[in-house]
Amino acid sequence: MSQEHILVLYAHPAPLRSPVNRRLADAARAIPGVIVQDLYNTYPDFDIDAAHERELAERASLLVFLHPIRWYGMPSMLKEWMDVVMVPGWAYGKPDSALRGKGYWLVATTGSAEDAYQPGGLHGRPFADFLAPFEQTAALCGMNWIEPLVMHGAAKAGEAAIEAHVAEFTRRLRGYAE
Amino acid sequence: MEHSLLTNALVYLAAAVVAVPLSKRLGMGTVLGYLAAGILIGPYGLKLIANVEDALHFAEFGVVLLLFLIGLELEPDRLWALRRPIFGWGGAQVAGVALALFGAALLAGVGWKLALIAGLGLSLSSTAIALASLEERNLMPTPAGQAGFAILLFQDIAAIPMIAIVPLLGIPDDAGSSGNFWLATAKVVGVLAGIIVGGRYLVRPLLQVIARTDTREIFTAFALLLVIAIGLLMQWIEMSMALGAFMAGVLLADSEYRHALETDLEPFKGLLLGLFFIAVGMSVDFAVFLAHPWRILGLVAGFLLIKTAVLYGLSRVFGIARGQHLQFALLLSQGGEFAFVVFGAAATAKVFTEDTASMLVVVVALSMVVTPLVLMAYDRIMARQACEENKPEADAIEPNEDHVIVAGFGRFGQIVGRFLNANGIKLTVLDHDPDQIEVLRRFGFKVFYGDATRPDLLRAAGAARARALVVAIDDIEDSLDLVETVRRDWPELQIFARARNVTHYYQLMDRGVTMIERETFESALQLGRTVLTAGLGQNAYRIRQAALKFRKLNIANVHAVYPYYKDREQYVSMAKQAREELEEMIARDRRAQEGETRHDWD
Repeated sequence: MSQEHILVLYAHPAPLRSPVNRRLADAARAIPGVIVQDLYNTYPDFDIDAAHERELAERASLLVFLHPIRWYGMPSMLKEWMDVVMVPGWAYGKPDSALRGKGYWLVATTGSAEDAYQPGGLHGRPFADFLAPFEQTAALCGMNWIEPLVMHGAAKAGEAAIEAHVAEFTRRLRGYAE
Repeated sequence: MEHSLLTNALVYLAAAVVAVPLSKRLGMGTVLGYLAAGILIGPYGLKLIANVEDALHFAEFGVVLLLFLIGLELEPDRLWALRRPIFGWGGAQVAGVALALFGAALLAGVGWKLALIAGLGLSLSSTAIALASLEERNLMPTPAGQAGFAILLFQDIAAIPMIAIVPLLGIPDDAGSSGNFWLATAKVVGVLAGIIVGGRYLVRPLLQVIARTDTREIFTAFALLLVIAIGLLMQWIEMSMALGAFMAGVLLADSEYRHALETDLEPFKGLLLGLFFIAVGMSVDFAVFLAHPWRILGLVAGFLLIKTAVLYGLSRVFGIARGQHLQFALLLSQGGEFAFVVFGAAATAKVFTEDTASMLVVVVALSMVVTPLVLMAYDRIMARQACEENKPEADAIEPNEDHVIVAGFGRFGQIVGRFLNANGIKLTVLDHDPDQIEVLRRFGFKVFYGDATRPDLLRAAGAARARALVVAIDDIEDSLDLVETVRRDWPELQIFARARNVTHYYQLMDRGVTMIERETFESALQLGRTVLTAGLGQNAYRIRQAALKFRKLNIANVHAVYPYYKDREQYVSMAKQAREELEEMIARDRRAQEGETRHDWD
């Protein structure tokens, strides 16, 4: 069990109504050395087993945060996960804190198309602006920021686009797993 | 005279029923009412009762019960903490007052023997009158109350050597009493050890066996039997019955049956104390009084003045709050029931004449009558002063017990109680299953045996000072009775109730309870969730939300049907309608959740 793995923190409150994320999670499950932690299904009452989650994270080389973007951020469950699992002293604040040197890979979807994310657009500013808290989280914990994989316009994406996105995700994940 | 017992009872009870409410109405308190009733029916009033001494003797048992009940309130370690007030202050009080009275009597030209016995006898105060007055005024938890109590307790102990010394001052009737000294000592030690060991290791299991028979009157009978047996044992070794009862009470103070014993003995104590006061009223010998009225009034006034002055001086040393010095002194200023015994013994030993003895007895009896009057006057004056100074009313002194009462500690109440306990809430648990109680006490819970529906038990358990009441008893009738009692007597107390079924739920609502849980609903729903997730592999978070929605709708339906539940026919049709509505709503949920047409979350 000491072997390193990739930990996918999958947070989707309504997976049955999800066209993209559910398929990404299924794809990840199929890859050896990848553990998919379905947070909403594991902790429906938000009663997160912090010790267990820390153990999973400690043995991982890479943390994949797989979730839709809502209200310019992560789903509430993942925020709760961060609040109870990533405590000072463990996640950061010590030279040898647990997450140091691990990869931080954000795999996200947005409902709006990319052009909504610009000055004058629906969301007023480029999507990269909204990534600042994620990037800083990785920086604070001494993690390596890996170029996020983001699918915009997921709500209206056609089957071909979704398939292409799943394929790209699988390719990159396999690469990290080796 | 076959009916003399009943006739006497009739007279006593009638006098009490007439005099006490009247006296309360006039703002004079219950003690004065009883005393007045005694004077009224006594040999110098309507002459309805002939044998005053017997009545007094019998009624002393009221004082014994009083001390037993006080002992029940006082756990051994609390008593140990009181050792300084009891022996230090008590000793100072008895010595100070006795000396002052002795000196005053010598100055007045009284012989030293008489002065000594009168001084010692009169230094004792009346436990019955002082404690009743303290309780009437809610003063027990105050420093003055505690000091008064400690001193009264010491007096009970001090009376024993006094009664023993008195005959030595007189003409010895028979020699050779010293030969019995060792035997007497052995008896004393044996009985005291017996009470301590028996109280700790014998009475509790016995109480448990008796409680398990679930026969209320036998429990009461046993409680009375216990106190009477201890009283007689103490009398046999020529010690204070009240002191023995007090010891037994202390030994049972941390037992689970404390509240049950309290509630069962309380009425007996009240009635017998009342009888005691009546007997005191009857024993005021007006013939002696009328023979030397001025002399006796002078003696009473002088005695009360000296004793009050000494007590007032001592109260400053005892650290009593400033406004309470005089009140404390007045509370203990009267002569006590032990004075009767001391003077009786002195007369028997021919230390002084019967005339002197009866005069002293009249002085004591009158001082007992005067105390409540003086205290009443004191209250009036203080109240007027407070009014004039227009000060805000002082906070009511309450033995602050921020606790939650859990009635019924079975399968349901246990979980509630353990959860509250785990969160640092002080609990008072009432249950009537002795086996259950035994187990819980072993784990350190404060559990008391008793039928929670009885108002007196609730009162003893501190319902007036509770933050909340959890009604978790099995029996629906009992649960409703309890709720009614609490709504009537303590309308401020918040009630949290367990409902056995929906009808019970409605009956609780009828009685104004708003915080109710059906005992099986939440756990059934929880199991339903587990079936759907662990069993059928459905998404746990979705099922959680479905369960919450189901719960909300179900509770709404229960409330919607409530107005019709009494009307059987309408109830059935309404319930059916509600069920159909529920099905419809659930179906709607399912369509929304399983249709998967909306992709609102990417």
